[in-house]
Amino acid sequence: MKLRKKKSGNRLMSRPEEGKNPSRGVFTRRALLLMAAQGAVLGALGERLYGLQVLNGSHYAKLAENNRLSKRFFAPPRGRITDRFGISVAANRVNWRALLLAEETSDIPGTLERFAQLVPLEPRDTTRIEHELRHKRRFIPIMLRDFLSWDDMARLELNMPSLPGVLIDVGTTRVYPFGPLLAHVVGYVAPPAEKDVVHNAELALPGMRVGRSGIEQTQDASLRGQVGSVEMEVNAVGRVMAELDRDEGLAGDEITLTIDSGLQQQVLGRIADQSASAVVMDCRNGEVLAMVSNPSFDPSLFDSGVSQAQWIEWTNNSQTPLINKAVSGLYPPGSTFKPAVAMAALRAGTLSPSDRISCPGYIDVGGTRFHCWSRYGHGSINLRQGLKYSCDVFFYEVARRTGMDAIAATSELFGLGARLPEIELPHVRQGLIPTPTWRRAHGHHWNGGDTIVSGIGQGFVQVTPLQLATYASRIATGRAVQPHLIRSVAGRLAGLTDLGHATDMDMPGTFFEDIRAGMYAVVNEEGGTAPKARLDIPGVQMAGKTGSAQVRRVSRAMRESGHFNSANLPWEYRPHALFICYAPYDAPRYATAVVIEHGNAGADVAAPLARDIMTDTLRRDPVNHREPPGQEVAQAEVD
Amino acid sequence: MKFQKRLLRAEPNFQILTKLWQVNWLYVILICALAVVGYVALYSAGGGTSRPFAGPQSIRFCFGVVMMLGIALMSPAILVRLAWPLYIFSLILLVAVLRMGHVGKGAERWLMLGGMQVQPSELAKIALVLMLAAWFHKISYRSMGNPLLLIPPALMVLVPVALVLKEPNLGTAVIIGTVGASMFFGAGMRLWQIALLILPVPMLARIAYSHLHDYQKARVTTFLHPESDPLGAGYNIIQSKIALGSGGMWGQGYLHGTQGQLNFLPEKQTDFIFTMIAEEWGYVGGVTVIGMLLLLVFGGMLIAMRSRNQFGRLLGLGISMNFFLYCAVNLSMVMGAIPVGGVPLPLISYGGSAMLMVMFGFGLLMSAWVHRNATFGETTPGEKD
Repeated sequence: MKLRKKKSGNRLMSRPEEGKNPSRGVFTRRALLLMAAQGAVLGALGERLYGLQVLNGSHYAKLAENNRLSKRFFAPPRGRITDRFGISVAANRVNWRALLLAEETSDIPGTLERFAQLVPLEPRDTTRIEHELRHKRRFIPIMLRDFLSWDDMARLELNMPSLPGVLIDVGTTRVYPFGPLLAHVVGYVAPPAEKDVVHNAELALPGMRVGRSGIEQTQDASLRGQVGSVEMEVNAVGRVMAELDRDEGLAGDEITLTIDSGLQQQVLGRIADQSASAVVMDCRNGEVLAMVSNPSFDPSLFDSGVSQAQWIEWTNNSQTPLINKAVSGLYPPGSTFKPAVAMAALRAGTLSPSDRISCPGYIDVGGTRFHCWSRYGHGSINLRQGLKYSCDVFFYEVARRTGMDAIAATSELFGLGARLPEIELPHVRQGLIPTPTWRRAHGHHWNGGDTIVSGIGQGFVQVTPLQLATYASRIATGRAVQPHLIRSVAGRLAGLTDLGHATDMDMPGTFFEDIRAGMYAVVNEEGGTAPKARLDIPGVQMAGKTGSAQVRRVSRAMRESGHFNSANLPWEYRPHALFICYAPYDAPRYATAVVIEHGNAGADVAAPLARDIMTDTLRRDPVNHREPPGQEVAQAEVD
Repeated sequence: MKFQKRLLRAEPNFQILTKLWQVNWLYVILICALAVVGYVALYSAGGGTSRPFAGPQSIRFCFGVVMMLGIALMSPAILVRLAWPLYIFSLILLVAVLRMGHVGKGAERWLMLGGMQVQPSELAKIALVLMLAAWFHKISYRSMGNPLLLIPPALMVLVPVALVLKEPNLGTAVIIGTVGASMFFGAGMRLWQIALLILPVPMLARIAYSHLHDYQKARVTTFLHPESDPLGAGYNIIQSKIALGSGGMWGQGYLHGTQGQLNFLPEKQTDFIFTMIAEEWGYVGGVTVIGMLLLLVFGGMLIAMRSRNQFGRLLGLGISMNFFLYCAVNLSMVMGAIPVGGVPLPLISYGGSAMLMVMFGFGLLMSAWVHRNATFGETTPGEKD
């Protein structure tokens, strides 16, 4: 009522404009314009529909007919991974399994119930199946049970008519013939997580696995291959009448590693039960022949899910079996860092090969006394002797003269504390060569003492065993060798394996000669620190460098008491034992780095281990063998 | 007319009946006809039973009709007053969906309210139409020349658009934005203002594309090359086109569409319901449905033009545009003309909140029709109606 009154009132007031109300006129015009547009759009859609249904109707009718050929997708076999001699290190095992295609049964609970009567389902299976039924698209099969026995299959086949939507299908599962031996390099696969499936529908297919570590992870895309499909003729209710066409998809690429599994086994044998890692490289082209990180784990456990107890055991183990120490373990390099410091000094001109530095057993810098490992000192020595005796005072002084920025720049060229971009592994750590700039960025002042301790690879310096092996290779060849693990993919040789690939390092050859001579003396001359590393092969010499990296500051009191013996310390406080080397000295072929966690002195523990590894490596050199070495060993392991 | 007026004056208690008589029954019959088409299609999508889809949907429709008639009786003065609270409420729901929404297919769109899934962006569209109609009604046509008065309504559009984009629901955001723009147009925004706004659009589009989620970009690329992802997003487009095409001129026959009945069409009861219809009823059936939809759109526009107040005009325009955009986007989608984006076909697709909101909108449209001769509150912004 109220409204009506107002209405008439307004009408009276607006009477003079009645009929030519500007807003109404504009609205009408514009509304007609919009209607024209709306009509045009719907008209165009009608036209498009005419094109689809009438003009191209027969084309689509044929496609629809083909659609009665229901297409079913399946996972392709994952690419094999082999060692350099073609021996499988990751392969596939046939796995018979029962699948359910939800779109082909009208009564899913009934089908499942009948299925469970024939082949029992665990409660774990049931919850998984229910989850997948809710989340997967109806045309993607769901796995009911895998690893069916012949009995199971016979029972199912017999009852197929009462099990609409159930298929028996052959898939594969991953097997790792060498188990823990190559677990860190090869990695493992696991069923895809839900978030993976969101990004890639293919992963929803039963049997699809995702690489979670090692080569399996980094090369996942090429190992996975292309999804295959089967075309089946289905009748009006969806029952399969016949298989018409099969697209096998593309099996994943076969990847050949640079690893020699026989050598890997021998290296592991040498390491035995020590918590250690070792890397053997072909120092001419960067091929990693062996990469051992001990202890290890069994990669096949991940395929079906790792038990809680197992996981806790792994993660609580102080020797970190799940971590690949060769690329993820960070260690102070200790004295193995000295050749890099020497090269930095030579390049900076702060040291010449003939310069002599006097070692009285200690050096005083900025009011602090830094000790040499030898209490009695080494006397007046030159670079070659400094390396040979691994004199700390010599390198304290060299580092002091050269400065940390120059040392960091040179050692990074050797790969220390640097990214090694070509190594095909995940979780590769970069380590650190500290510089004053870095220290300031973390809010601290860099003082002279930091340079001194860095000069012998202590303090903040941290590198990985792979970096040490690369460093040894680069010293041996003078070329910027890039470590890598893949020799070929699908039969195509990787470019890095090419001998000419590595470029020369921008350092004078004579400097390399001086440093190599020092490293030769370490092993082969009277009084060198590593006589135990001398090779027992006639005519072949090895050059190397020892290192014992303290993980805990040694107090002066302990040192001066004279009774200090790190072997009496608890295991986790003992120094790491390190050794880097290459051989043959006159024609470098292989480089090795060994790090034994808390192994005490590099000279006593790491040097003989490196010698043994190098001996094995040289004995396996293909030049000495017509047949791939270790074939029989590897075969025995597969069976 | 005269008779009605007399009746009104004499017997105020008969007002409701008079208004009911005033409802545009022809239009209501058209709505019901489309709902019947929907029932028939959902019956088929359910594999020849009313159980999963058709039955519940028809109950919702009946409820919707009652709601529509209820709203049709409400005077525009009340609706104007309801605009703000409803708009604010819809924004609160949009924020809530971002906070605690139910995630489906990588996007948060639904809110669980008392065991029911609600899609707040549906309500936001209708609330925005109401809000804008109320705003432009009050500021009058003459003051449209003042750009300052266009800023508040522009914000009214942009806030829900931004919230819906965040869900992310690109399709709905575009629809809301377009509905808003069409109402600016209908309200009499000056042409130079429009030109000024259109100029930066290509640049904005480029920026917008770079901010799309990966899955949305993937949708654009699979739309261009559906074969590149036959298991994922491309599957629907390919299957939908095949199903449509195989319908031919006369269709494969009711309940006999091979694509639909054999489940090659995923989500056939929602987004792809038109495919199902066109497969079983052919081009004749498909074009009939398009024609019915067009009649509803045009009917709504004509109702808008008949209104003597700006509120009713803009309400009619907004509702019709919204309905039109729904149809156009859904149809283009299933015909493979634009990327698939989760927009249902109004009145026909299976779904609760969409159906209720469509009927809510038609209720507002009917109210604009019933009260088409009311002139209130215009050109005098300060005065209360």
